[in-house]
Amino acid sequence: MHPAPSVIAFTTLSGFGLGLLYWLGLGLPPATGWAAFLYYFLGFGLAVGGLVSSTFHLGHPERAWRALTQWRSSWLSREGCLAVAGLLLMGVFAFGAVFFGALWQPFGLLGAALCLATVWATAMIYTQLKTVPRWHQPGTPALFLALALSGGAIFAAPALAPLLLALAGAVQLWVWHTGDRRFSEAGSTMQTATGLGDSGGMRQMASPHTGSNYLLDEMVYVIGRKHARKLRGLAFLGMVVLPVLGLTISHHPVMLALVAALHLAGVGASRWLFFAQAEHVVGLYYGKR
Amino acid sequence: MTQLPASTDRKMGLVIDLDTCVGCHACVIACKGWNDQGYGAPLSDQDPYGAAPQGTFLNRVHTYEVTPECGGTAQTVHFPKSCLHCEDAPCVTVCPTGASYKRTEDGIVLVNESSCIGCGLCAWACPYGAREMDKAEGVMKKCTLCVDRIYNDNLPEEDRVPACVRTCPAGARHFGDLGDPESAVSQLVAERGGMDLMPELGTKPVNKYLPPRPKDDQIDILAPLLEPVAETPQGFLGWLDRALDRLPGGSA
Repeated sequence: MHPAPSVIAFTTLSGFGLGLLYWLGLGLPPATGWAAFLYYFLGFGLAVGGLVSSTFHLGHPERAWRALTQWRSSWLSREGCLAVAGLLLMGVFAFGAVFFGALWQPFGLLGAALCLATVWATAMIYTQLKTVPRWHQPGTPALFLALALSGGAIFAAPALAPLLLALAGAVQLWVWHTGDRRFSEAGSTMQTATGLGDSGGMRQMASPHTGSNYLLDEMVYVIGRKHARKLRGLAFLGMVVLPVLGLTISHHPVMLALVAALHLAGVGASRWLFFAQAEHVVGLYYGKR
Repeated sequence: MTQLPASTDRKMGLVIDLDTCVGCHACVIACKGWNDQGYGAPLSDQDPYGAAPQGTFLNRVHTYEVTPECGGTAQTVHFPKSCLHCEDAPCVTVCPTGASYKRTEDGIVLVNESSCIGCGLCAWACPYGAREMDKAEGVMKKCTLCVDRIYNDNLPEEDRVPACVRTCPAGARHFGDLGDPESAVSQLVAERGGMDLMPELGTKPVNKYLPPRPKDDQIDILAPLLEPVAETPQGFLGWLDRALDRLPGGSA
């Protein structure tokens, strides 16, 4: 699948921001006044910035509001609705914390739950697709949630963060391990795609078109798979290993910022691979993966 | 509304005969021609006369070489592919805006282009590559089953079929109600063992494909008469064969 930069930025940044807002909503830390302002500025900045960047890949961003209408059937629509509701409630909670020094718990708790649900809905957009077997597994939402919780904890609960980061790392390794086998397990082949041929052998003799097309550009993206192993190593180093080391050394704000930057870079690389390594079954019609 | 109807009154669709298709791509051109001037945004091309031309098509013809498991002659199979108007269309339910829908009256899957935000998720959800983003318009395009032809009273009756069906010179494309077991297309599917594409994904396609008939073992009734009458060379060629065998150096 084509790794659109706007979608990678969106899922990485908003996941981190929504994770931070989740912990803040639970009152962790119970910040008020200027401290709260900084926390919420960061949380809302990343979450809203991510959401806005997600509209950049749309053909008609001016119609994006329509995406709030089909929550009954569409995970993408549910994601939008949950994000709007979660951010509004957290906005009220943040208003109380910053300007009145009060923690209005009902808003915080409900807002936190909705923020986490938004991350889950984002993951379900990918998980629901049977056409991309690598994504169509329970590990996908588990990974998105684990990364949001651990990323948000870097600022909100630095003492808890190493444990959560290690957990997210374990989920990531599990997702990579199972994901690599998902396409063959799902069982779609050129034979099932066309209904032709027994196991005798079959190949595409002539492509329907001489050049590329939308389908190949969007769903049969092969660039970068060559370096997948190295990238996985670097991603893991950035999102788990170095942040855990950093947090065991110090909880100084500068260290937290450095750890967060490393973590985001690592998650970004992992998310890039999430798309670049994902194989869509439509490639079978072209004799490609 | 992107919820799928529980059932549709009719199941209009195509039956494509892979035994008959000659791979001329006339259906591709007829489709592009009709849909450039009728329903919705025209199907744009990018760099059509340049080094890397691309364009939006609702129907494309692949060509495969299929070798039977038991050996024998390989077959060339031309394989037209367009929207299958699935009963459980995954492209419809993922749509966040309600632009994609499946019609209750005839089961045709359509896109309301004025509501489409061009997010591309429906194209990801489709296993068959039936949906393509129009890069000029930023909206999703797909086969409409020529909804602006099949009910069009301004056209002569013989033209009230999809453009691909009307144009096919081999008669490899058939159009009708696959929900009615008595219809000509349903009869054809029953008779020829019509099949679904990627049935394992549970999309329940309405369009069916008729498999190519197996090649005859015997190519021609006159073929036995053309077989070589002698496997071992006689006369001068026989002497030459034996003489060459006796020379050192072995045989090839």
